[in-house]
Amino acid sequence: MISFKQVHKRYPGGYEALKGVSFDVAEGEMLFLTGHSGAGKSTLLKLIAAIERPNSGSVLVNNQNVGVLKGGALPYLRRNIGIIFQDHKLLFDRSVFDNVLLPLQICGFDHRESGKRVRAALDKVGLLKREKSNPIALSGGEQQRLCIARAIVNRPAILLADEPTGNLDTDYAREIMAIFNSFHQVGATLLISTHDESVLQDGGVRRLTLKEGVLQ
Amino acid sequence: MTRAFALHLGVLRAVLRRMFASRLAGFLNILAIGIALSLPAGMYLLLQNAQGLVAQFSGTPQISLFLEMNAKAEDVDRLHKQLAQHPAVAGVEFVTRAQALEQLKQSTGLSDLIGGLQQNPLPDAFVVHPKPGDAQALDMLRGELAKLPRISEAQLDSAWAYKLEALLRFGRMGVLILASLLSLALIAVTFNTIRLQILTQRDEIEVAKLIGATDGFIRRPFLYFGAAQGLLGGIMAWLIVTASLLLLNGQLGALAQLYASRFVLHPLSLGDSLSLLLFSVYLGWLGAWLSVARHLSQIEPR
Repeated sequence: MISFKQVHKRYPGGYEALKGVSFDVAEGEMLFLTGHSGAGKSTLLKLIAAIERPNSGSVLVNNQNVGVLKGGALPYLRRNIGIIFQDHKLLFDRSVFDNVLLPLQICGFDHRESGKRVRAALDKVGLLKREKSNPIALSGGEQQRLCIARAIVNRPAILLADEPTGNLDTDYAREIMAIFNSFHQVGATLLISTHDESVLQDGGVRRLTLKEGVLQ
Repeated sequence: MTRAFALHLGVLRAVLRRMFASRLAGFLNILAIGIALSLPAGMYLLLQNAQGLVAQFSGTPQISLFLEMNAKAEDVDRLHKQLAQHPAVAGVEFVTRAQALEQLKQSTGLSDLIGGLQQNPLPDAFVVHPKPGDAQALDMLRGELAKLPRISEAQLDSAWAYKLEALLRFGRMGVLILASLLSLALIAVTFNTIRLQILTQRDEIEVAKLIGATDGFIRRPFLYFGAAQGLLGGIMAWLIVTASLLLLNGQLGALAQLYASRFVLHPLSLGDSLSLLLFSVYLGWLGAWLSVARHLSQIEPR
């Protein structure tokens, strides 16, 4: 599903975030990406969604080299990838419901069908009762769950989560991991970056560890 | 088809909601566009009316045909019939040399001098009223009539019509220049409005790009906004022109009465009104398109 081959990423200014990273993720696999902050976890996730491009090496998603994808093809790649951002990237000028609606509007979903889907996604993350609230009124954990709802409403094949449990206490973190596990069970491919030890306790999940841009 | 239509309708609804949310600023924009467009539209309207007025008062230009001094009465009759039957001639009057001399005496006040003449120096003449036509057609008619037998000279009294036409052409060019300049102003206003909108919606655009929005999807509401603002500006211009016209007509009525004539300014025709609206919609859309093309590419998610 996802394949990195000798990927180098250097930012303007000379900082080398990734140095020759290679790995494969099978379809339906769930994977943890760990390492200290600054180890290159966020960069690695951004390369998958073509938010950043590699300087050398190739990033394949569904056998498509996304590093050389043309601008016009990017939207269709990203519709297949749900991203849970570290800073949530919620829109505070609209309701919880409308935040989750946005990906469906972008794909041109029918109005009634999309209403059902939004409620199903909100139900899944336990925010159905808050659909009319403004996201600013939500707690940190709720905002994180809203971000998850927005990422999954479109039923993407791949979910990327950047520090989804950062700044959350253990109970919240466990709830969120439970949500991820349920997606794993229905066949989604998940790549979760975290340095949260309580999350990493989860048994049987493959772990990639980055250290200064190199896979350990 | 219906789904695509529903999508566009949804975008339009969102745009109108956004417009309503900042209605004061929006109104000022629309007012600026309306005033900018009403100037050339109003001038155009005045020119149209001036042209109508000219057509009304000038009637038709005249052609004076002077006969040779030795023309006989049967020549005159024959010419009179010939002229009356000519397809490009609306009417003919015959002016005898005696009548002409009498008119000259009365109108110039030179009766003493003229009375001293041994003989009448004026020839018999026809005054021909041609059917309406452009300057070129009239000139051709004049040439044709000059070649008739027993005609010594043909004069087209249309110099003033040429002058007026030149003046109207000058006015039209003025309107064209003004319209071009103010169209640029309209594009600039829309460009700037959309630029500000893009800046304030930076987050939304960034998120939309991250979750798979095409450029078309992001561009659409801004283009609709530009077009809608253009349309409202056009309506505003129409209202300004029409209201000014009503005010002017009130004053004009009193003025026309002093000259014992009836004259009113006619409003913009339906065709001209539609052209005005379509043009302003197009300019608004164009301004938005330029702005989006310029600013959207600068927002790339990081």
